[in-house]
Amino acid sequence: MNRSPLALDVRKVNKAFHDPVTVQVLKDVSFSVERGAFLSVTGKSGCGKSTLLYILSTMDTDFEGDVVIDGISTKGLPGDHLAAIRNEKIGFVFQFHYLLPEFSVLDNVMLPGLKLGRKSREEVEADAIARLKELDMADQARKMAHQLSGGQKQRVAIARALINDPLIIMGDEPTGNLDKRNAEIVFDIFKRIAAEHKRSLLIVTHDPDFAARTDRNIVMEDGRVIGGHNGSSTK
Amino acid sequence: MKLLFSIAVTLLRAKLRQSIVAAVGVMFSITMFVTLLGFMNGLNDLLDGMILNRTPHIRLYNELQASPRQPVQVAWEAHQGKDRPAAHHFIRSVKPKDDLPRLRNAEAIMDVLDRDPRVMAVSPRLVAQVFFNAGTVDLNAQVNGIDVNDEIRYYRFGDYLTEGDPHDLAAGNNVIILGKGLADMMAATVGEAVQVTTASGERSILRVVGIFQSGIADYDKVQCYTNIKTVQKLLARPGSYYTDVNVKLHDLEQAPAMARELSARFGVDAVDIQTANAQFETGSDVRNIISYAVGIVLLIVAGFGIYNILNMMIYEKLDAIAILKATGFSGPDVQRIFLLLSMIIGLLGGAAGLIGGFGLQRLIDSIPFETAALPTITTYPIDYSLKYYIIAVVFALLTTWIAGWFPARKASRVDPVEIIRGK
Repeated sequence: MNRSPLALDVRKVNKAFHDPVTVQVLKDVSFSVERGAFLSVTGKSGCGKSTLLYILSTMDTDFEGDVVIDGISTKGLPGDHLAAIRNEKIGFVFQFHYLLPEFSVLDNVMLPGLKLGRKSREEVEADAIARLKELDMADQARKMAHQLSGGQKQRVAIARALINDPLIIMGDEPTGNLDKRNAEIVFDIFKRIAAEHKRSLLIVTHDPDFAARTDRNIVMEDGRVIGGHNGSSTK
Repeated sequence: MKLLFSIAVTLLRAKLRQSIVAAVGVMFSITMFVTLLGFMNGLNDLLDGMILNRTPHIRLYNELQASPRQPVQVAWEAHQGKDRPAAHHFIRSVKPKDDLPRLRNAEAIMDVLDRDPRVMAVSPRLVAQVFFNAGTVDLNAQVNGIDVNDEIRYYRFGDYLTEGDPHDLAAGNNVIILGKGLADMMAATVGEAVQVTTASGERSILRVVGIFQSGIADYDKVQCYTNIKTVQKLLARPGSYYTDVNVKLHDLEQAPAMARELSARFGVDAVDIQTANAQFETGSDVRNIISYAVGIVLLIVAGFGIYNILNMMIYEKLDAIAILKATGFSGPDVQRIFLLLSMIIGLLGGAAGLIGGFGLQRLIDSIPFETAALPTITTYPIDYSLKYYIIAVVFALLTTWIAGWFPARKASRVDPVEIIRGK
């Protein structure tokens, strides 16, 4: 595998919405994420940070510039190729927990692993239980997803994001819908993932406390990166 | 694929009631399709059988008619030339020669046909016009001298007897089987004797050994059967005297061509079953078209049911689709999941429909159906042909595939960003 030192490299990304009037949402956004780095992206509502995240996640392909994930340029790749990259290299955590309510907790965590198909069903199941255990959720594995509380769901979503050992974990306000205590738990989990698993994290957040405690913070305004901080200092 | 299948099954189970409704729709239409076709074709076979079983595929005979080219005409044409002036003859209203309707060389023709690989059976017939003397009344009738064993074997002669044993006809001399109508008019029953007068005035006494009923009343009033020898004796003709040769082929479709061929080869008249009974084929075809049309309409309706339910399911499952896509399932994967879902409904509904169809066929098959036309039929006829089951399954899968394809494509095109951000 191509061992690029950068997990993610964002090169001059521009994006405009054309409906009803042309609005330039992202203007020449460029930055890069090293392996094992814990980044946060902050900014006011409508500054384009979520739009940026979905471009980085390869789900939104309507933009100019390039997003290089683990040395692979994603610009212009066909949809199934992008789906495979998402499956293997990117883990997602959303503001709303977005588990599949018809499936059990364990099945929810296992699905991306089964999709990747590198391991047998038994191995994927063992991995999934290990992940749940790390997040103190192993005892809930057999429950149906809709029976969990919000904080629990978010932990399951994190376990799912980790199942394929992704290069980078992206989160869109993962703590936005949680109370202070659960938000704290989730932050600690992220911190641990970055430290112990050497995974990169790119988390979009509103929460200045959260952002302040990440390794690096990117601040956006009107579609541009205007600054941020390096290290855990206030901006 | 296994993974996609298990996802489809889980989604189905989560929406169990809707899925069952969709499957029941398919089941109902397949049940009706199979039953309708089985019943229609059973009926078709029955109606066709009334005529076609008893009709030879090709009948060779000798029509009594005036020679198409009269000697005077032959002579006149032969003399037309450049040194002779044009001439015209005024002979009109030529009558046929006093000739017998005998099929000449019948035995040689039968020999040739027996060796023909296309031919299943060849049997001679001797048909004569007679009068039955019932008291002071003379009843006109047609007596058919038949090769009894061949007729039982190839033309199901025995199926149409309401009384008596057809084998008695083969065994005895001076025995006869009367049509039901004819027997009723003479008040004759099995075992009694009837008096017959031939066209040339000879009288004989024949013993009634059976009554037959063809289902066509007019036919039963004027027809009776006996063995060939008895008719030859009635007419005082030698043992090689036949009026018809009936041919049954392996392939019914060859009849028209072969009839033309035999007619030209032996210099006799030949009529094929298609020409003689064109109306039956038309009737069967129309009934078939109607039953297929109704069956297919039922399936299309079921297909719309599946389409609706899948469409609703996709709206309810937009979140799930977005998640699947976000975690690495591609558009085609999502499409396959929903297509599989539809096919599972089609397969389960189709299988249940086949069982239901078979059950309904059995039910119809057990309903009493007494008809004067067919003494051997006691219940409604059903054609249990495997063909209809196969057609039904193929159509069920095809309609569910098409009904699933459009919603599945829609699901594959769901933009996950819109769903996730829109919340």
